Amino acid sequence: MSQIPEDLKYTKTHEWVRRESDNTITVGITDHAQNLLGDMVFIETPEVGTNYGEGDDCAVVESVKAASDVYCPITGEITAVNESLADAPEMVNKDPYGDGWLFKLQPEDIEHLEELLDAEAYGELAASEEH
Amino acid sequence: MPFIPHTEDDIKTMLEAIGVDSIEQLFDEIPAELRSSGLKTVPLRLSEMEVSRLIRDRATQDGQALCFAGAGAYEHHIPAAVWELTTRGEFYSAYTPYQAEASQGTLQLLYEFQSMIATLTGMEVANASLYDGASALAEAVLMAVRANRKSKSKRILMPRTVHPRYRKVVHAIVKNQGIILEEVDYDRAHGIINHNELPKEPGDFAALVIPQPNFFGALEDTDELCNWAHQHNALVIGVVNPMSLALLAPPGAWGESGADIVCGEGQPLGIPLSFGGPYFGFMSCKQALVRQMPGRIIGRTVDLDGKPGYALTLQAREQHIRRSKATSNICTNQGLMTTAATIYMALMGAEGLESVAAHCHHNSRLLEDKLTGLHGVKRLFDRPYFHEFAIQLPHDGANILQKLADRHIVGGFDLAQEYPELENAVLVCATETKTAQDIEAFVAELGEIVS
Repeated sequence: MSQIPEDLKYTKTHEWVRRESDNTITVGITDHAQNLLGDMVFIETPEVGTNYGEGDDCAVVESVKAASDVYCPITGEITAVNESLADAPEMVNKDPYGDGWLFKLQPEDIEHLEELLDAEAYGELAASEEH
Repeated sequence: MPFIPHTEDDIKTMLEAIGVDSIEQLFDEIPAELRSSGLKTVPLRLSEMEVSRLIRDRATQDGQALCFAGAGAYEHHIPAAVWELTTRGEFYSAYTPYQAEASQGTLQLLYEFQSMIATLTGMEVANASLYDGASALAEAVLMAVRANRKSKSKRILMPRTVHPRYRKVVHAIVKNQGIILEEVDYDRAHGIINHNELPKEPGDFAALVIPQPNFFGALEDTDELCNWAHQHNALVIGVVNPMSLALLAPPGAWGESGADIVCGEGQPLGIPLSFGGPYFGFMSCKQALVRQMPGRIIGRTVDLDGKPGYALTLQAREQHIRRSKATSNICTNQGLMTTAATIYMALMGAEGLESVAAHCHHNSRLLEDKLTGLHGVKRLFDRPYFHEFAIQLPHDGANILQKLADRHIVGGFDLAQEYPELENAVLVCATETKTAQDIEAFVAELGEIVS
């Protein structure tokens, strides 16, 4: 059973979102997603300063099995990316909610965060996909 | 597994099972107006003997013309061993094999090919080949738009000194993806990219295409162009003749940081001239861009016992895995031509290639001397060239070429076909295959025609 921390928000496309104290958000892919994709070999992060709309593809996680898009959970501007993934893409497997984060974003409207899934709803979604 | 064709009974049983009366009925879905009512201009069948006779007669009709035309495809001597080895059963396949890793010999050959192309172009990585030079350039343009992280632009600077037919192919392939090809005119005196035509302000371009040698045979100022592009956040795509790289600076050494993507037509490396091909394209790039490179890439690795082995690598970018998000719909390579080119390069070695390239250049210089000695014939542009250059004829270029053809000489490429402003200008080329006597014969015939 994969980990789904209670304090995060989730998307149906398997990104997790953490609200930071400065009202930016941090985004990564879930434990469930990294389990399905397998060993990561390359992470293509977005450029800092680029604006993305909700649902735009903004990063690519490439594993030994597939290269998959990561979708932007909320409209906003990229403020930071996890540079260390360039040399250590396996952090996404080892610590998907910690050192394996992908990017930080300044949302246009932080309140949209409330529209994302909570841990319970995402848990149901992930469980339904496992069958 | 034997191949057993369907018998009439098989067909009848299958049609009955799906409740259809005839095979014809399976095509009912296609509206009548879209269906061909037969091939009216194709003659009725001939027997094998009749076809052999017809083709033999036609081949004789062509004669053994002396060829001084290049314009993208070049006549070079091909050692007999090249095709003797290439057509052995072990190599004889058009594509990357299925279950590729079961064919270690083929993969090793492709890996050698990639290494040779990377070395020749001075780049870090190369793929296992593309279909031809023109489509390789189209792939390079698409790749540059994907890969340029400093610019989101879909505009490409495409000089008129790039092969005109490559430009048409690129346009046909990229136009529906919103990519705009901005033409850059050439300098009328030198026959190279006109620096004054390059955008004055730092504009927004994904890439600048630099041909070397360019379509007129002339050598572009690659260092300056490469630096200019990088200063303007544009990537550099080099389109090169691989044979010329035995003498010229490789694209990886252009300017301060080198070209980003290199592509070209591989035909000069052991592939005979033939109308319609098959030829092959090659492509190499900087390591940083490898995940945006289309096509197959063979990697060298070790197996569980630590023995070297070869495997297709970076397949996650490819169509069978990434579907519509793949880097390209190329999902094979031009296997047989690549095999021939690898054997050609291995036979020639670095010294052999350099010697061929030097002979080409020497013969072209001789041809230039002789041609410009004719009254009314002069060089069109004054830039240094590799093995091809443009000449100005006193009158009626197309007509003169026709008269030469009647005397079994392919006298060059009529530039007015593609450049209406270059009336009576002809592109000529002399490779290592031309002897001093061949050149004398060409010049003598041309002299008679123009005098």
